[in-house]
Amino acid sequence: MSRIQQILDEVAEGRRLTLDQARLLQQEADLHDLGHAAHRVRLRKHPEPVVTYVVDRNINYSNVCVCACRFCAYFRPPGHDECFVLTHAEIGQKIEETLALGGTQILMQGGHHPDLPLTWYEDMLAFIKANYNIHVHAFSPPEIVHFAKISGLTTAQVIQRLKASGLDSIPGGGAEILVDRVRQAVSPNKCPAGQWLAVMEEAHSQGLRTTATMMFGHEETEEERLLHLFAVRDSQDRTGGFTAFIPWTFQPDNTNIVARPLTSPEYLRMLALSRLVLDNIDNVQVSWVTMGPKIAQLALYFGGNDFGSTMIEENVVRAAGVSFRLSQGEIDGLVRAAGFEPRQRRMDYRLLPQTKTAEQA
Amino acid sequence: MPEVQRFEALGLGAIARKVAAGERLSLTEGQQLFACPDVTAVGALAHLRRTALHGAKTFYVVNRHINYTNVCVNACAFCAYQREKGQEGGFELSIQDAVDRLTSAPLPPREVHIVGGCHPDLRLAFFVDLLTSVQKALPEATLKCFTAVEIAHFARLEGLSTIEVLQTLKAAGLAMLPGGGAEIFAPEVRRRICPRKSDAEEWLRIHGEAHALGLATNATMLFGHLESIDDRLDHLDRLRTQQDKTGGFTCFIPLPFQTENNAIKIERPLTGVDELRTIAVSRLMLDNIPHLKAYWVMLTVKQAQVALFFGADDLDGTVVEEKIGHMAGATSEQGLTKAQLEAMIRGLGLVPVERDARFNPIGGDERRQPIQGGQA
Repeated sequence: MSRIQQILDEVAEGRRLTLDQARLLQQEADLHDLGHAAHRVRLRKHPEPVVTYVVDRNINYSNVCVCACRFCAYFRPPGHDECFVLTHAEIGQKIEETLALGGTQILMQGGHHPDLPLTWYEDMLAFIKANYNIHVHAFSPPEIVHFAKISGLTTAQVIQRLKASGLDSIPGGGAEILVDRVRQAVSPNKCPAGQWLAVMEEAHSQGLRTTATMMFGHEETEEERLLHLFAVRDSQDRTGGFTAFIPWTFQPDNTNIVARPLTSPEYLRMLALSRLVLDNIDNVQVSWVTMGPKIAQLALYFGGNDFGSTMIEENVVRAAGVSFRLSQGEIDGLVRAAGFEPRQRRMDYRLLPQTKTAEQA
Repeated sequence: MPEVQRFEALGLGAIARKVAAGERLSLTEGQQLFACPDVTAVGALAHLRRTALHGAKTFYVVNRHINYTNVCVNACAFCAYQREKGQEGGFELSIQDAVDRLTSAPLPPREVHIVGGCHPDLRLAFFVDLLTSVQKALPEATLKCFTAVEIAHFARLEGLSTIEVLQTLKAAGLAMLPGGGAEIFAPEVRRRICPRKSDAEEWLRIHGEAHALGLATNATMLFGHLESIDDRLDHLDRLRTQQDKTGGFTCFIPLPFQTENNAIKIERPLTGVDELRTIAVSRLMLDNIPHLKAYWVMLTVKQAQVALFFGADDLDGTVVEEKIGHMAGATSEQGLTKAQLEAMIRGLGLVPVERDARFNPIGGDERRQPIQGGQA
């Protein structure tokens, strides 16, 4: 048996990968072997052939942002004609539409608005919680850091206040690549890697669950992708608060980064490697938003066990030139055709009653 | 062989051993591959076969598609492209139009793919003139033109045999027949989706005749409409039987059915894993056809990239302007540049090989320079 096959067999049975082993797999393992090992791990962690997803809506409360990350096609600098900040009425309308579609959650992220005070976010959360029974998954770590800056509070205090106003969990956005060299190059005005992780660990310690993402295929090296995975794994060892890992590929259109769009096998390799390295994170999401329904389906055999969300409204990736759309019924159909049972879940991966999913299928 | 236990556990041990030894699979074994719950296991076997045949080589061609007319007497149920004669939106390209389009490509095409509807009035002399004019304008291009269905149509219009038509066109420069019009060979399905088109026997006979005349040909399969899995296997089996006899098929092209703008209503449209499984089984069943194309126009680019690990070794090419698939709802780009194709293949960890229509490698850097007035 080859050295690579031996490592894959060991990791499939639960052995933790070292950085050197992960690098060897990254560089030399065959796509199919990598995928199969990742699928074995997935089946060990989730023996039932169930694929979950959440019904939610992305609500971008504002596109005003002072970061000017080079990979972003969505933000507008303060003063630009196309700047917006949603009103409570607009947010309420979007939430009502989400609930009407069987949604359980909203994902709220926005830019780093220079003028909105922390109370604006607290008021928004309070408005939502006072009027709707919905899970609020909101404010990626760079936003939390930004709120701390504008309010003169610590990030721990910001999290405490947001949680008190109704924040339920924190999305894993803004991680990009958790290596400061890369962050300096592509998003120099966003928080450094250590601070991103510290915010998440603080949130975990305050009882909020979070996810973690990775955006790859821009200016990072292959090695830096691995360092990202290991940074997340170490963090999870400390707190255990990450529910899921979500790797996705950079979409270069309309951005200030010139890059070859990564191919789908490169995505699948990274997905599989994520599953193999992150032995302490239960769920790995496939990215149909960036990869399309066909590759997302296949990704369920490369370590993914979750279809992410229905993304009733998605604006950020669309601004970068990719616009796949799927309804809940379409997701159910794709998951079934791939040989799995689709189940609607909540942010913390508790399943909704089966009948609900079955009825809507 | 990789991961023997994996295939044994799925009941594919015997098949895996045959694939490794290069032995022919039976139709029953084809059924087993279609029934296997793990699509990636089937893909891994197909990749094993693809690698044995071609290593990491991945072929592409600088090509150009021309559709000379959309007027067609066949009116197949799956077609979003066809118009009746005199119907609004019908067109016929003049020979000058065709030559102008071909020579305005950013790079001179090495493969010219010309197909059209079965037009009631366009006569053989027109096509002779078309081939002669195109070959004169592009002496380096291989002319891959007219499906077997068109050849049969020309023969009927002229009162000639299909062999005589092929001989006439060959003398005018025809080097290859594209693989279109095969659809699905099963007569019952053909009767429902393309009742007026050549039947399987005629299609295969014309390809055999072309092979005997020294013309290479391709073969397609349109799947994901009304056919059964057994119909797909029957289609593959007829092709490999024909290939045993005449040996002239160069490339097999599985085409997933596009569901928009046509008269066939599908209860369960194909999904991505169905497409990949069919591509993989095709590679495994067609042991005597050297190449398998991941036609990105119909698959989407991202799916074509994965298909290169599920049995395919060819990405087709630059295409530039594609109508038939796009009118039926294909969402892929209209064209890819040579640089995009090369970078994509390298990104996959595979080795790009620019080819001509007959899969002969093309060397040298002299063709990297754009020609007059083309846009990259």
